[in-house]
Amino acid sequence: MSINAGDTAWVLASAALVMFMTPGLAFFYGGMVRARNVLTMLMQNFFCLGLVSVLWAVVVYSVAFGGTNKWIGNFEYAWMGHFNTAPAGLSLSIPPSLYMAFQLMFAVITPALITGAIADRVRFGAWAWFAGIWAILVYAPVAHWVFAPSGWLFQRGALDFAGGTVVHINAGIAALAVVLVIGRRRGWPHSPMPPHSLPLTLLGTGILWFGWFGFNAGSALGANGIAVQALVNTHMAAAAAMLGWVVVEMLHGGRATILGAASGAVAGLVAITPCAGYVGGMSPLAIGAITGVICYGAVNLKFKLHLDDALDVVGVHLVGGIVGSLLLGFFADKAVNPAGRNGVLVHGGGFALLGDQLVAVGATLVYSFVVTFAIAWVLHKVLPGGLRVDEEAEDVGLDLREHAEVGYAFAER
Amino acid sequence: MKLVVAIVKPFKLDDVKAAVQELGVHGMTVNEVQGFGRQRGHTEVYRGAEYTIDFVPKVKIEILVDDDDGPRVAEKIAGAARTGKIGDGKVWILPVEGLIRIRTGEAGSDAL
Repeated sequence: MSINAGDTAWVLASAALVMFMTPGLAFFYGGMVRARNVLTMLMQNFFCLGLVSVLWAVVVYSVAFGGTNKWIGNFEYAWMGHFNTAPAGLSLSIPPSLYMAFQLMFAVITPALITGAIADRVRFGAWAWFAGIWAILVYAPVAHWVFAPSGWLFQRGALDFAGGTVVHINAGIAALAVVLVIGRRRGWPHSPMPPHSLPLTLLGTGILWFGWFGFNAGSALGANGIAVQALVNTHMAAAAAMLGWVVVEMLHGGRATILGAASGAVAGLVAITPCAGYVGGMSPLAIGAITGVICYGAVNLKFKLHLDDALDVVGVHLVGGIVGSLLLGFFADKAVNPAGRNGVLVHGGGFALLGDQLVAVGATLVYSFVVTFAIAWVLHKVLPGGLRVDEEAEDVGLDLREHAEVGYAFAER
Repeated sequence: MKLVVAIVKPFKLDDVKAAVQELGVHGMTVNEVQGFGRQRGHTEVYRGAEYTIDFVPKVKIEILVDDDDGPRVAEKIAGAARTGKIGDGKVWILPVEGLIRIRTGEAGSDAL
């Protein structure tokens, strides 16, 4: 295919939009933690832009997209080697190094998602080690299986338009694995730890929603009707999910909350991610609404399981990602995207796609959980001091201890 | 000399300030604090978690007065700050042993 200017312009813009989601996520999470820990949360997110970008250039892009093996990439793209050659099987109307740059932004934000679950108790240095190793050993292989045309899940026909498995289920189950290694925060769940700045969280939510247009519609890799469908689906799913969550919240608890509205919108955005370019009509509203309600229930589960997933990464990203990936098996419609398949609810569909979705979801869950748990467990044993800060640091707040900085110097003149 | 200390509801600060200025007090210091009295401990559910809320935001006011003025100023504060609802606060009077105006070095009642 020759380079198309319109396609290139849109994907360039999308790469920038997705990049913006990482600081957006930082604020989304940052506002939810206590003020004494806000910098730690922001840093764990923001630093991924530095660390994962460099690792991507050096080796991770290659491990994710190199070669033709169905399980793992190779080293053909290491050290930015021939970045202007498209990964095998990809027919691009944009310069291949733009594909690399666009995919980079996904690799950056995926480990950052995990930070929400481990809030308020992990040392920065330990986090840096974990994020880097995780990007290489967990993110890249799953990206290869699903996004690279030679990958086994891609070959199987499992559909994932923008990364429901690669990003959300992957990070979600990884978050669970790390939480199991590090344990709960001191004082959880008895001490109140309410968000210190919901305005910051809402700012982050807005940035995420905005950036998600690049995440999903950009994954069409072209300025075309599929991209438009993806944008419309993304927006509608977010809207319906916010409503779903808020309505259930009002019925169940008596009032709507900012945190609920924000979480609901994000849950919808997560669920529509795998579906974005494969579904149409009213289905994004259904996908969003269903996910908003289910995720509302899911976040309450952590108290029953006594699992301190601090900012509900599991309840929103893991559960939302699974619901979206499986609902795709119902709503996928070739009339929307001929490159897709037909789901259960579409004439001529059947259960084949749903079966493949289940395989993709299951494989991601198992691989990510096992390898993430191993990485976290080994680092916890091998790093001096383990992954967690000491008790006093956790009580005083991590910002001063880890960074010698204060988020809000209000007492200063 | 006495120090009149009052803990009142934050939105009552302006009423209290206006009331004591009628009496001609020489100044005041105000702090944002939290506290509870006999009303403590109500439970709230937020994001699926049950929290027991003990502390409530309040404002603390400190006013230096002459020996005889303590009860009058305290009464005035109490009247201005009262809403009749739980959590109105308390006002008390402490003895002051020494006082200096920093700018001039005046001491004792002259420093009021």
